[in-house]
Amino acid sequence: MKISVRYFASLREALGPGEDVHIEAAAPETVGELLAWLATQSTLHDATLKQGQAIRAASGQVMCTFDEPLRDGDEIAFFPPVTGG
Amino acid sequence: MQTAICHVLVQEADFDLTAEVNALRAASPRTGAVVSFVGVVREWRELGGADTARLVLEHYPGMTERCIRDMVAEAMYRFDLLGAKVIHRVGALALGEQIVMVAVSAAHRHSAFQGGEFLMDWLKTQAPFWKKEVSAQGAQWVEASEHDDVALARWGFDVEHGVNRPLPT
Repeated sequence: MKISVRYFASLREALGPGEDVHIEAAAPETVGELLAWLATQSTLHDATLKQGQAIRAASGQVMCTFDEPLRDGDEIAFFPPVTGG
Repeated sequence: MQTAICHVLVQEADFDLTAEVNALRAASPRTGAVVSFVGVVREWRELGGADTARLVLEHYPGMTERCIRDMVAEAMYRFDLLGAKVIHRVGALALGEQIVMVAVSAAHRHSAFQGGEFLMDWLKTQAPFWKKEVSAQGAQWVEASEHDDVALARWGFDVEHGVNRPLPT
């Protein structure tokens, strides 16, 4: 499974603009499982994605919940709650 | 039937509110009310240092535009608007600069006031923008306000997890 992951704001500052991930065995089935998988990839990922701050997600550039099913080729973004306006 | 004006722009450049309002006013002879809102970079609490203070706005290109277009379409329908224009700036903005404008037109003021407020409430909690405050003392990301979620919930949206889910009616 190939997923294009994107980060914004404080997550981007810590982890970069994003990464293309290839997951073969025991691939995550939801956006929330993907987030948990990413957190295992490095201590920096772990600290950034698990620091208890509220993280929001978008699938295919539409806001989604962590229950959103993951499909091969998806663009998934993680970011803090938005503060525009 | 006349085509309704429905414009959304995400840009670094500043905008001219008067020109935008005039365009909305002129777009339809049925226009009886135009309401506009401008958000401005203001001095803030913790960092101070107004001399060097600025705001840096980041966004999610593509998603931002689509998200705002969807919300404008919703507002046009809900409040029977004749026109709507939303401009949101990104990049570095100095104290006092304009950040965002929402202008809407309708036959009557009630629709226009409501439509404009609805658009701003939605934009604050749903559009993928992030503000960073920068001053001589340092920089920090602005934290989202729960008040903004409450403001959107008034319009019948459940905003838990930042997702637009119309409440069952």
